[in-house]
Amino acid sequence: MNTAVVRLDGVALEVGAQRVLRDISLGIPRGGFRWLLGPSGAGKTSLLRLLHLEVRPSEGRMELLGRDIGAAPRAALPQLRRRIGMVFQDFRLLPHLSAFDNVALPLRLAGRPEGQVQADVGEMLAWVGLRARTHCHPAELSGGEQQRVAIARAVINRPDLLLADEPTGNLDDAQAQRLMLLLGELSRLGTTIVVATHNDLIVARHPAPALRLATGRLVSADA
Amino acid sequence: MRDVEARRERAAAARRARRLRPAGSDDLGLRRGFAGKLLPFLVAAMAFLASLALAGAIAAAGFSRQWQQGPAAALTIQVPNPSAKATDAPQSRLDRVVALLRGSPGIAQVRALSHAEIQKLLQPWLGSGATDGLALPAVVAVRERDGGPALGVVTAELQAAAPGTLVDSHGDWTRRIATLAHSIQALAWAMLALVMGVATAVVTIATRAGLVQRRDAVLLVHGLGATDGDIARRFAARATRLAFLGGFGGTVAALPVLGILAALAAPIVGGIADPAAWMPSLPRGLWVGLVAIPVICAGIGFATAQVTVRAWLRPLP
Repeated sequence: MNTAVVRLDGVALEVGAQRVLRDISLGIPRGGFRWLLGPSGAGKTSLLRLLHLEVRPSEGRMELLGRDIGAAPRAALPQLRRRIGMVFQDFRLLPHLSAFDNVALPLRLAGRPEGQVQADVGEMLAWVGLRARTHCHPAELSGGEQQRVAIARAVINRPDLLLADEPTGNLDDAQAQRLMLLLGELSRLGTTIVVATHNDLIVARHPAPALRLATGRLVSADA
Repeated sequence: MRDVEARRERAAAARRARRLRPAGSDDLGLRRGFAGKLLPFLVAAMAFLASLALAGAIAAAGFSRQWQQGPAAALTIQVPNPSAKATDAPQSRLDRVVALLRGSPGIAQVRALSHAEIQKLLQPWLGSGATDGLALPAVVAVRERDGGPALGVVTAELQAAAPGTLVDSHGDWTRRIATLAHSIQALAWAMLALVMGVATAVVTIATRAGLVQRRDAVLLVHGLGATDGDIARRFAARATRLAFLGGFGGTVAALPVLGILAALAAPIVGGIADPAAWMPSLPRGLWVGLVAIPVICAGIGFATAQVTVRAWLRPLP
């Protein structure tokens, strides 16, 4: 039996007085890839925040990486977060750190020896084509370069669950293709991946099951 | 040569590999975002005040001890012309007075002060050596027995045996001085507590301001899986360092002031009056306290930052 990495059952999320997600039920197995689709304001980012453990569900049951999030003590969440990679739409790079140190953050938080950090980050930056920009700060990088740093940071730890919010928004076609190849490879290696996008072209080129949201509800979920 | 260099290179690489974090890493950008100048300055001001308060407390305790236990605290009886003959017995006036006092039931202890002791008593008022050549009266220090009969009866006998003998009952004013000294001491401790409270508040405010300024970075590393302890440790390390520097600076700044005060107080407390030698004249307890102040500041910085950051993070999931 394929264990679900993500399982939501009747989940709702309220932000302030507003209910931004309602009655979401879905399951994604280990190594599964899902497009997360829907118009702006449908709740894609809210669902990603929920899966990234930035918020807990207001209602329903959510299981992530084998843990019941509603019942998990707060102290257990940091360990789970370290197993989740997230590419934010606005990148969220730390402006005072170089590209290298931004990508190294998850490894250093996990307490990896500096030698391993140097090797892994160097390799990852080379892979996303930023070897020459290693010591540049985010302000010195273009939008596309910043997005690649954000992607590198999200995958450097070989996460079990990778979430991405419009990860191709600032990438040219060739870079977007490279990213999709990387995501495909990670998925084959067992990483569960959820990618929110508006880019119909890339979805058409890389057919995969999709979760479709509208006004906070899951309107369809491919198996 | 090349071998040596290669070996060195390999050793350096191995050292880097063993290290968990690069030296001086500052993931949260706290060096820029956390009150680098203001906090040490405010803590220095608190440490300066704490040093003075501590000195006040210790000095008041010393004064109080001296007035309560020293010869000045005893009942003193002055016998002018001590070696002249007493009127009612074939003894000197001083010996007669001492004998009468020893025979009195209300008196626990009688002791004629030596010439050196009398000089020491007079030193705050006349200066050292100023008593040479003066016809000083003899001074007899007396301790009354608690609950014993009043001294009034003996006083008449003393007057009869050695006319002109003065009974100086210091009880009232030594009690008043002791009360004053205790009040000053209590006030100094209260001031010390207040200063520590203000220092805690200052670190709390600085830490909160740092959290607000580095909010995005804190939320990001929280999202990347940093524990509350990880984040609190980074803030606490910075706060500890800044508070220690402030505490050290403030205490060092207080030293000259304490030196001047000690030099001014030396003639009164019978210590060393030479301003060049003020350092040894500070009591040992004060030195211990002064060394402790920067350490306590660092402790306040550490504990306050830990508590503040953890409280700030607690509402996050």
